[in-house]
Amino acid sequence: MAEIQQNEKGGGGKNKQKKQHLRVDFTPMVDMNMLLITFFMFCTTLLKPQTMNINMPMKDENLTQEEKTKIKESGAVTLLLGANDELYYYLGIPKDESTYTDSTYLVTSSYGADGIRKFLLEKNKGTYERIQELKAQLNAGVFVDSVFRAKSREVHETAKDYAPTVMIKPTELSTYKNMVDALDEMLICNIGAYAIIDLTDGDRFFLYQRTGNKDYLTEAGQTELAKE
Amino acid sequence: MAKVKVKKQSTFIDMTAMSDVTVLLLTFFMTTSTFLAKEPIQVTTPASVSEIKIPETNLLTVLVDKDGKVFLSMDNAEQKVATLKAVSEPYGITYTAKQVESFRKLQSFGVPIRHMQAFLDLPVEKQDKELQNLENKRVGVPAEDEKIEDGRGVISSENEFKRWVAAALEVNKDLKIAIKSDKTTSYPIVKKIIDILRGDELRQNRYLLITTLREGANN
Repeated sequence: MAEIQQNEKGGGGKNKQKKQHLRVDFTPMVDMNMLLITFFMFCTTLLKPQTMNINMPMKDENLTQEEKTKIKESGAVTLLLGANDELYYYLGIPKDESTYTDSTYLVTSSYGADGIRKFLLEKNKGTYERIQELKAQLNAGVFVDSVFRAKSREVHETAKDYAPTVMIKPTELSTYKNMVDALDEMLICNIGAYAIIDLTDGDRFFLYQRTGNKDYLTEAGQTELAKE
Repeated sequence: MAKVKVKKQSTFIDMTAMSDVTVLLLTFFMTTSTFLAKEPIQVTTPASVSEIKIPETNLLTVLVDKDGKVFLSMDNAEQKVATLKAVSEPYGITYTAKQVESFRKLQSFGVPIRHMQAFLDLPVEKQDKELQNLENKRVGVPAEDEKIEDGRGVISSENEFKRWVAAALEVNKDLKIAIKSDKTTSYPIVKKIIDILRGDELRQNRYLLITTLREGANN
């Protein structure tokens, strides 16, 4: 406003407006930002930890032996997590003496793509393929996450009669990582039913037989062995 | 001789663009990152393909170190203080306002309840130092049923870990239990903690295992 008035009064080009170059020095601003960035880089993490849900069976002493072994024998897969990242598995439920003397019953395997995963994928092929199909549809945006979960539950439900049931039995010599890796394989292979269970004496004997390591046995087992 | 006129050149560098970039970067870091939680022990969590994000509220984190020492942390400070009071009550231990304030500031806690008052009286740096000393039997929530003693007297006479979890669940019913442990921890140590949680008194059978994302393992 003031400028315009001035121009009217002067009436000509007499009043030369000085061209002012406005320059703000941003250097301190940059300095400060750099400091803040450094601070954030050192004190924060970009990775948000993931979690894995597990449901453990209730510890119930009142359960009868029959209820405990409801798992169908045909689909049962037992994973034994040994020392030094070793992994063994066997199918079904060992019945009598003959299975314990059968050296082919317990299979030595390993964690990762070529070991147990290959075996479980083969065993769980139908369910795995159907879930992968659903996943592809989910990624393509055919349905939302909640529908996907309901559908995959349906797949597991229909496959219940022939899908493998995996029992994970970590030994005292295995690590926490082994347990998480084993659970991870269940997720990768889309196993519907799995649980972490304690070792039986038979399992311990299997491991002792295979590795010759007495530490797999319980104390009672070790003393018994010494007697023999 | 003609004087050579040195032209005065301004060395002004325009920092506007630079400033733009740094502000952008800063915004990125501020929005995407989360602050590192101060933990008494450093653990490397195992990798997994699970992509479930850890919930931000209603979480009780059980940090288990390689030797089986247990530390707890809760996200809600009010509930944390309420839990402390509930746990201390049977022992007849009460806290001053200053001690409560000190406890509120703790990220994760793990000292026997009999030692708690003395611990909270320490300045923050000394508290950190105390927790760092893993040889010290007065570090970590006692998770044994037996009585533990040392030269200075009784450390714990019961399974205080059980009591802490029970009290925390009493304060907040929706509490989820997350277990964080190093990948080299031997299985019996983790099993002991899980067995306490799923025992007859606590009856908790759902846990979150904190893991890091494994890259490209899904294919």
